[in-house]
Amino acid sequence: MSSKKSSVPFTGTKEQEAQLKEVIRKLRDQQGCLMPIMQQAQEIYGYLPIEVQTMIADELGIPLEKVYGVSTFYAQFALFPKGQYRISVCLGTACYVKGSGPVYEKLEEKLGIKGGECTPDRKFSLDACRCIGACGLAPVMMINDDVYGKLTVDSLDSILAKYN
Amino acid sequence: MYRSHVLVCGGTGCTSSGSQQIQSLLKEEIEKAGLSKEVAVVQTGCHGLCALGPIMIVYPEGTFYSAVKPEYIPEIVQEHLVKGRIVKKYVYEETVTNEEIKPLAETAFYKKQHRIALRNCGVINPESIDEYIGTNGYAALGKVLTEMTPEDVINVILDSGLRGRGGAGFPTGKKWQLARNLVQDGGQKYVCCNADEGDPGAFMDRSVLEGDPHAVLEAMAIAGYAIGASQGYIYVRAEYPIAVQRLKIAIGQAREYGLLGKDIFGTGFDFDIDLRLGAGAFVCGEETALMTSIEGNRGEPRPRPPFPAVKGLFARPTILNNVETYANVAQIILNGADWFKSMGTEKSKGTKVFALGGKINNTGLVEVPMGTTLREIVEEIGGGIPNGKKFKAAQTGGPSGGCIPPEHLDVPIDYDNLIAIGSMMGSGGLIVMDETTCMVDIAKFFLDFTVDESCGKCTPCRIGTKRLSEMLEKITKGQATLEDLDKMEELCYYIKDNALCGLGQTAPNPVLSTLRYFRNEYISHIVDKKCPAGVCKDLLKYEIDRDKCIGCGMCAKQCPASAISRTDYIAPGKKLAAMEIDASKCVKCGACMSTCKFGAISKN
Repeated sequence: MSSKKSSVPFTGTKEQEAQLKEVIRKLRDQQGCLMPIMQQAQEIYGYLPIEVQTMIADELGIPLEKVYGVSTFYAQFALFPKGQYRISVCLGTACYVKGSGPVYEKLEEKLGIKGGECTPDRKFSLDACRCIGACGLAPVMMINDDVYGKLTVDSLDSILAKYN
Repeated sequence: MYRSHVLVCGGTGCTSSGSQQIQSLLKEEIEKAGLSKEVAVVQTGCHGLCALGPIMIVYPEGTFYSAVKPEYIPEIVQEHLVKGRIVKKYVYEETVTNEEIKPLAETAFYKKQHRIALRNCGVINPESIDEYIGTNGYAALGKVLTEMTPEDVINVILDSGLRGRGGAGFPTGKKWQLARNLVQDGGQKYVCCNADEGDPGAFMDRSVLEGDPHAVLEAMAIAGYAIGASQGYIYVRAEYPIAVQRLKIAIGQAREYGLLGKDIFGTGFDFDIDLRLGAGAFVCGEETALMTSIEGNRGEPRPRPPFPAVKGLFARPTILNNVETYANVAQIILNGADWFKSMGTEKSKGTKVFALGGKINNTGLVEVPMGTTLREIVEEIGGGIPNGKKFKAAQTGGPSGGCIPPEHLDVPIDYDNLIAIGSMMGSGGLIVMDETTCMVDIAKFFLDFTVDESCGKCTPCRIGTKRLSEMLEKITKGQATLEDLDKMEELCYYIKDNALCGLGQTAPNPVLSTLRYFRNEYISHIVDKKCPAGVCKDLLKYEIDRDKCIGCGMCAKQCPASAISRTDYIAPGKKLAAMEIDASKCVKCGACMSTCKFGAISKN
């Protein structure tokens, strides 16, 4: 978990709020509904700022710390906004053995950010991720939902160029 | 009826290699050739040979095209599908002999495999329930509901000797029996499927979910009947979007066909399944943590007992099995316990899927009978180590497992043998390492992983793994003493004995097993301040061989730390003075070495 405060102000709209309330209304009677609701909330807003967590807690009538406890436990809940293109480099064993470490470092250097951060123009964010199960193509990274395999440090420029 | 079927792999491996584009191109070209009514394109699950993706098979011939590029498609359609001439140059080399194409089953990669859990992967369209039914799908569920009592079902599974494929190898039948017998109050029980495949390097569960999702649904319904449950949950990683999508489709189809829901096969048996997505926490693969997570909480494990079979999900009796375990169930019901028992070793029956990865030629998924040796898997099926490097170790069991050295290559692999040599089956990830892998670095890699993923509930794991990782870091930096090594070993045993759940109890395994087999490497780091594999940066030293150096100065230009300067030594036969590296300034980035065209720079 990062301790940094988000520098990007919350910009949720009324439509998003209505969508979230609809999701909560549909799921609230299911046992164990909190995580599915938070997952869908993240789909709606792109991340889970404290404002959204507060809404969920209020709607469900549960303490905010319960929601916050869950959002900070799981790696996939983002408390800060992500870039338009989310880059995740796999640092699972197979990829690590095949050299994903240097690939990750090179990306940090190229983008000028550290892992977990987002470029100031909100275009790219970079994360290390756990095995995505494409070990046969190691080392791999994902940009949004696209997987790039058999990476080399030299192949990064041409891949990033597609998104610029 | 179609005269030809072209199967294109749609697993994550091949999709990443571009199989979606291959599919759409194929359909276009087939349309252009006017063959749409004669040739069908089918998207299947994983064939296992991910390294050679995208993979495409043409039936009835069974021609296996590998590493297919978009530009091959027009030629393959024109030559093979229109004129019936196989385009040999694009066919998987292993299957091409002088004059003929030999069946895939005779290639080194597939010859020793025996596919039960993966039987439908790469064969049927996973998004079609009819194709699953066409391969005897849901016949086992029908048989169970109409001809067998729940006790019969449990007895068959017990008798088959099936053990949990998720890691620990607990007998599946026993788990079911406990859940059936212990609590008989008529209240709700649950059947859960652990599809939170978190071991880095293991992807067999994903492959089954993507390639044969109905097999899991059918087995869960059978388990529900056996223990008396009417609700199932599949907890699947959100990192597997294709698997999630196919599961959703499969559940929808099964409900539509009346194979899930109320009164299945008109027998009065009700069973339904819901999906729950994980959110990226490795510890949720531990059974009690997984259930805590389904309940909507932080995924922290709970002490056992009470075991889930007594008090599990929502405090009700629950059984939890892994995807690959379920993938065996319907086959055991249909073919009988004796059939299943005929494969494997004395205490480990059936087959096991391994995910081959790391420094090995044929990366991918293989399913072999229990008792196959590591040598057969690595050298024959896996095709050995690339670039003529030497085998150093195989890592099994992920962050809970250990490294197996060359002297144990001939041990038949089963649950008990792996434990005996200090590793474990785990979910079946098998990462091969060669001489360029540093074992201390690998142990540190796994410890960093557990430090990250420790949920923090119990002290031995939360603080112990952190201390372990710091000790390892000290070793890789050359700052440790031999006394540290003893302390580290002691701490390992302490964590093993005292941690709350499987994650913590097994976290020291990577350290203990590398200490057991590669203690010399630890000693080299500590005493000689050297990393024999040349991985640990702080212990590396870059040097220029002044007699090979022609003095071009390229290395000095590349050096970001200005650590390279010219000497006044001119080697015999060279025109310029040689360069040298100032070790105190060197940041060990390796830029000089990759720039030098004359092989004059070495690291050791």
